[in-house]
Amino acid sequence: MAAAETASGYIQHHLTNLTYGQHPVNGWSFAHNAKEAQEMGFWAFHVDTLAVSVVLGLFFILLFCAAAKRATSGQPGKLQNFVEVLVEFVDGSVKDTFHGRNALIAPLGLTIFVWVFLMNFMDLIPVDWLPMLAAKISGDPHLYFRVVPTTDPNATLGLALSVFALILYYSIKVKGIGGFIGELTLHPFGSKNVFVQALLIPVNFLLEFVTLIAKPISLALRLFGNLYAGELIFILIAIMFGGGLLLGALGIALQWAWAVFHILIIVLQAFIFMMLTIVYLSMAHEDNH
Amino acid sequence: MNINATLIGQSVAFFIFVLFCMKYVWPPVITALQERQKKIADGLDAASRAARDLELAQEKVGQQLREAKGQAAEIIEQAKKRGTQIVDEAREQARVEADRVKAQALAEIEQELNGVKDALRAQLGSLAVSGAEKILGASIDQNAHAELVSKLAAEI
Repeated sequence: MAAAETASGYIQHHLTNLTYGQHPVNGWSFAHNAKEAQEMGFWAFHVDTLAVSVVLGLFFILLFCAAAKRATSGQPGKLQNFVEVLVEFVDGSVKDTFHGRNALIAPLGLTIFVWVFLMNFMDLIPVDWLPMLAAKISGDPHLYFRVVPTTDPNATLGLALSVFALILYYSIKVKGIGGFIGELTLHPFGSKNVFVQALLIPVNFLLEFVTLIAKPISLALRLFGNLYAGELIFILIAIMFGGGLLLGALGIALQWAWAVFHILIIVLQAFIFMMLTIVYLSMAHEDNH
Repeated sequence: MNINATLIGQSVAFFIFVLFCMKYVWPPVITALQERQKKIADGLDAASRAARDLELAQEKVGQQLREAKGQAAEIIEQAKKRGTQIVDEAREQARVEADRVKAQALAEIEQELNGVKDALRAQLGSLAVSGAEKILGASIDQNAHAELVSKLAAEI
């Protein structure tokens, strides 16, 4: 961080994404500040979020592919052992919750768990390291670079909406369009009287629709909120490093303590995201109304 | 903190990763896991089967051992019986032989005794005649008295 920066400027800088989009004035370009990024509207990309998440996703896929390629039913190697532990863990979680037959759910759960964990893990890297590296490489000392993709609501919402799409897809596939609409409108209140039932439909729809919409929103905001708060605290602790010897020493202790605590959070949030995805998809497969 | 097209990019990346995971990661690993589970189950099965076989074999061995012991005891018993029988037979034979030898010896003795007796009788006859001759002082006609002497000898 530049010495001249104020604390609020430092925080602001750390919370601004590297945005590439179509600016009304500048055309397709990188945003120079948060205001420009906002002016770009919807058709803009957070390059840092995408780059980090894709790199981590590739790391996950390549690592696991390497293990899968050499997978043997004999004595497993270290990498295979590690992968098998994760696969068995996810497989167990899926089998406990999801009772249908669907080849997608378990790999989906594994991908979510490992990928979200890796993205969360970026939070444990000291907040200035990767931005500084990115600034050095790009040659722009003022480059915006947010390292933790899951502190970007776009990333978590992207994941949650994908899961939501799958929920809708399987709901309709299993129950049919009529069944799905019936599920939305005929519960929780029902009546044998046709007129009363007609009156109840809007009420039911309101309740069920909120329930349905709450799934992706809660999924996205839970992950985002936890990681954003954690990241913010890391940034606040990092400010202490510039505040003299005493504050700096305190900052190191706090950084360590918060990082240890955060290890729990990043694993837990990855697990919750995976588990809720499995639960939601299992609910989408159940046709018991 | 703007919501923008990043979420589309994120979703696309997400689906690609899930598909990759589903195609190239999950099946080989889960197959290997299941195969190993099966192998272990088979191994455990084989082990318990082998243990059962061993138990059976031991039981069989014990039974055969008992049978063999019984047979051996029987053979020994037979041998003993046979031994006694042979000893008894030998003893009987020996007794018979001894009796025979004894009878033969007795017969010989008898025969010899008779011979001696005859000889003695003859000698005694002649002795008696010569004694009588001496007593009578006169010679007795041997021929005349031969009948008398032999009669005497027969009486002795």
